[in-house]
Amino acid sequence: MVHLTADEKAAVSGLWGKVNVDEVGGEALGRLLVVYPWTQRFFTSFGDLSNAAAVMGNSKVKAHGKKVLNSFGEGLKNLDNLKGTFASLSELHCDKLHVDPENFKLLGNVLVVVLARHFGKEFTPQVQGAFQKLALGVATALAHKYH
Amino acid sequence: MGTCRSLGAGAALAEARSGARGCTMVLSAADQAAVRALWRKLDTNVGVYTTEALERTFVAFPSTKTYFAHLDLRPGSAQVKAHGQKVADALTLAVNHLDDLPRALSALSDLHAHKLQVNPVNFKLLGHCLLVTLARHYPGDFSPALQASLDKFLSHVIWALASSYR
Repeated sequence: MVHLTADEKAAVSGLWGKVNVDEVGGEALGRLLVVYPWTQRFFTSFGDLSNAAAVMGNSKVKAHGKKVLNSFGEGLKNLDNLKGTFASLSELHCDKLHVDPENFKLLGNVLVVVLARHFGKEFTPQVQGAFQKLALGVATALAHKYH
Repeated sequence: MGTCRSLGAGAALAEARSGARGCTMVLSAADQAAVRALWRKLDTNVGVYTTEALERTFVAFPSTKTYFAHLDLRPGSAQVKAHGQKVADALTLAVNHLDDLPRALSALSDLHAHKLQVNPVNFKLLGHCLLVTLARHYPGDFSPALQASLDKFLSHVIWALASSYR
């Protein structure tokens, strides 16, 4: 469970309403793969990831990024039950995908950077703080079923 | 932190250059060029952005405030601005000594390790908030490649800063 104040909830929901989920998801995932290249280990079937331009232009990266961000958005609607919301995704990432949960924190931080880039002045320290809580909550929930 | 990473020819050169502190990591020529170019662009405003990064760190990661109980941390505080400038000066020093960060930052490392006794995890939090600040102010410049170069630069700075700890 993530504890956001009423102001923080309003800030996060307000901003999320303006997020172009298609674009931001692909950008966040792409930047993760460029800035932290070891994360590419999970995407060997995605084709050309050989340089930044290839990664950012890769249609599978964009599609998967969109999927990931939509999922994040689900978390936003279920702040009181993140663990329940992400339970089956958590099992999937552990049992089938074998993803080190440390990488969820990395993606969360990359998402924060991408939102800062898109929203500029609107992405105040307070809004960032709220998103950091949300990102950490989602990362923790995704790691919850690991064994 | 502090592990030698073998990355081909660059690593051999880095190891040959390693000084009293043992294995050093050296940024690639491309990363160095990217960081220097950005720093030229930031010019005299580095302090503005490091101050904002500090403010963001205090808001997003409240535990970091425990090191600043003696300062006024309210937004706009002159004390935070002064500290932001100190951080800016240190980063500019780092940018001007990219080939020898451990030596350039050794005094700061000793200070943070032995006098201030700051848990090094906090350096990463400030580094992240600096990236957020730069992305917010320079959206057009903040390409994935620049983000990667900056992230690597900051992790080298953090590694050098933590090198005196034990």
